[in-house]
Amino acid sequence: MDTVEPVAREAPACLDHPAFRPEHVMLRDQLRRFVETEIKPVAAAWENKGSVPREVLRRMGALGFLGIRYEEAHGGAALDTLATAILAEELGRSTYGGFAITVLVHTDMASPHLANGGTEAQRARWMPGIIAGEIITAVAVTEPDAGSDVAGMRTSARRDGDDYLLNGTKMYITNGVLADLVFVAARTDPQAKGSRGISIFAVERGTPGFSVGRALDKQGWRSSDTAELVFDDCRVAAANRLGAENRGFYAIMRNFQNERIVLGAQAMGEAQAMIALALDWVRQRRAFGATLWEKQAIRQRLAMLSARVAAARQLVYHAAWLDSLGHDCTLQVSQVKALCGELVNEVAYACQQFHGGMGYLRESAIERMVRDARVQSIGGGATEVMLEEVAKRLG
Amino acid sequence: MKILVPVKRVVDYNVKVRVKSDGTGVETAGVKMSMNPFDEIAVEEAVRLKEKGVATEIIAVSMGVAQCGETIRTALAMGADRGILVETDADLQPLAVAKMLKVLVDREQPTLVVMGKQAIDDDMNATGQMLAALLGWAQGTFASKVAIEGDKATVTREIDGGLETVALKLPAVVTTDLRLNEPRYASLPNIMKARKKPIETIKPADLGVDPAPRLTVIKVAEPPKRQAGKKVGSVAELVAKLKTEAKVI
Repeated sequence: MDTVEPVAREAPACLDHPAFRPEHVMLRDQLRRFVETEIKPVAAAWENKGSVPREVLRRMGALGFLGIRYEEAHGGAALDTLATAILAEELGRSTYGGFAITVLVHTDMASPHLANGGTEAQRARWMPGIIAGEIITAVAVTEPDAGSDVAGMRTSARRDGDDYLLNGTKMYITNGVLADLVFVAARTDPQAKGSRGISIFAVERGTPGFSVGRALDKQGWRSSDTAELVFDDCRVAAANRLGAENRGFYAIMRNFQNERIVLGAQAMGEAQAMIALALDWVRQRRAFGATLWEKQAIRQRLAMLSARVAAARQLVYHAAWLDSLGHDCTLQVSQVKALCGELVNEVAYACQQFHGGMGYLRESAIERMVRDARVQSIGGGATEVMLEEVAKRLG
Repeated sequence: MKILVPVKRVVDYNVKVRVKSDGTGVETAGVKMSMNPFDEIAVEEAVRLKEKGVATEIIAVSMGVAQCGETIRTALAMGADRGILVETDADLQPLAVAKMLKVLVDREQPTLVVMGKQAIDDDMNATGQMLAALLGWAQGTFASKVAIEGDKATVTREIDGGLETVALKLPAVVTTDLRLNEPRYASLPNIMKARKKPIETIKPADLGVDPAPRLTVIKVAEPPKRQAGKKVGSVAELVAKLKTEAKVI
């Protein structure tokens, strides 16, 4: 009888996802070691200080972690969205959400505006410094009265000769205090309705009329600086406008997709770290004559959480993979953001519960992670907004 | 001068190793594998010697299954120039590895072989010494400091009770201890560049060596579980327990 030859398969680079290549695995290894040795032992001080030291960002720049997808001519590695997801996941595993978001806002929420929308001259001017970690970036879209609903934006940019004059206030701006370069969305056509008539400007720190209103005090992400930015007749050269006038909305929408994949990956990195922390704790904590691990109620809940995190992580990779192939994946990205933002909070709640009294102490990592997780269902597209995006596409 | 650096693929040092249920070895299926940490130190030392202008070329060699190519790729990302993979599914033991390395040394003519003092999987601590013997070369094992000058290497060795410094006439084999250096990170641009560096794949037969094991593993077992500690009320009770229960005094 004829036997059917099995289809020859190339061994995958790792077992996390079939699309990962050896360079993805090596990047993850380097990131994990960096986080374990250079971040976790020292980051507690950054929580108190309210920001991440610049030399840490420069160090990450020197290792190429800040230029994963950027062009090689500027010091980037020209890798793909999967590599970006690995970056976000590994930074999430650091247990310091504030550190992770400081980096990820720079690499994946702010600087893509320049990388995608900037002219060659604009990119040559700033990208090498951004990739090296010398120039830290922020993105200013949200306002006191306009968040995910970009159409409600009020900040204006009025043409004045070769310049624009920016006026308005931006809110909840991560890296707002730290940033050297802020990508600011402003209305260039006051007559345009809704989301039309918006443009993006690169505004350097120290530009007259641009000031930090106040640093904002947050529940979590304590090592990330968050600010209110004020533009008062801030004069910005027309050469600093990114992309075509009045087309900024599309740039913002495009960038939201990347931002949401990154936030989903970060959340799943955090979830994995929290499950690991809980495992370590319940295996040694004793109650009623046995370790907590020996209670089925606890270990089965941990087992189910690990299964749900594994599933959500695969959805993150799937969305990142679709994105890396250039497919529209708004549905998957919205699912990622809605699912991961909620799941990380469920994991946080359960893992803090398993820690008992210790989990309520400021000295425990899980306590910090619970506070850090809360924003994951709010920032970068609240769950409710994401679910509407999903619902629209259910057909 | 050329430096040859053997690198071994082992279970990652962060993995909690589990013994297979049939007692034939440790579980490696689905387990994260990495370069042996002592070999990373060897690669780092070689790269530093190249940066100092002492070495001109670094060749990373790994032996074993096809995935050992990834371990070589890591060495290339750290700064090695090219790789040689001796691909085999055989269970490789130190003598077979040393014999194959000897043939490669004869072929490549390096002035220095730098390698980990042992691998963290089986902790044999044998391959470097065997290779030096087969080659008839000088050896400086457990190195915590290496200085090359002309045709001499000065190696500080970590030995029981202190440090010993030996002068070796090159060519030589140096095996690395933990405190020799701190291996660098492979930067992402270097990871990308490493993709383009050449890796030659050969088989043990190409080296004329039969890698069949000479040693037989009879059984692998978990170490005994650590017992819970006890609190004692007094020194007298402690001494009594050390005598009657622990039976150590």
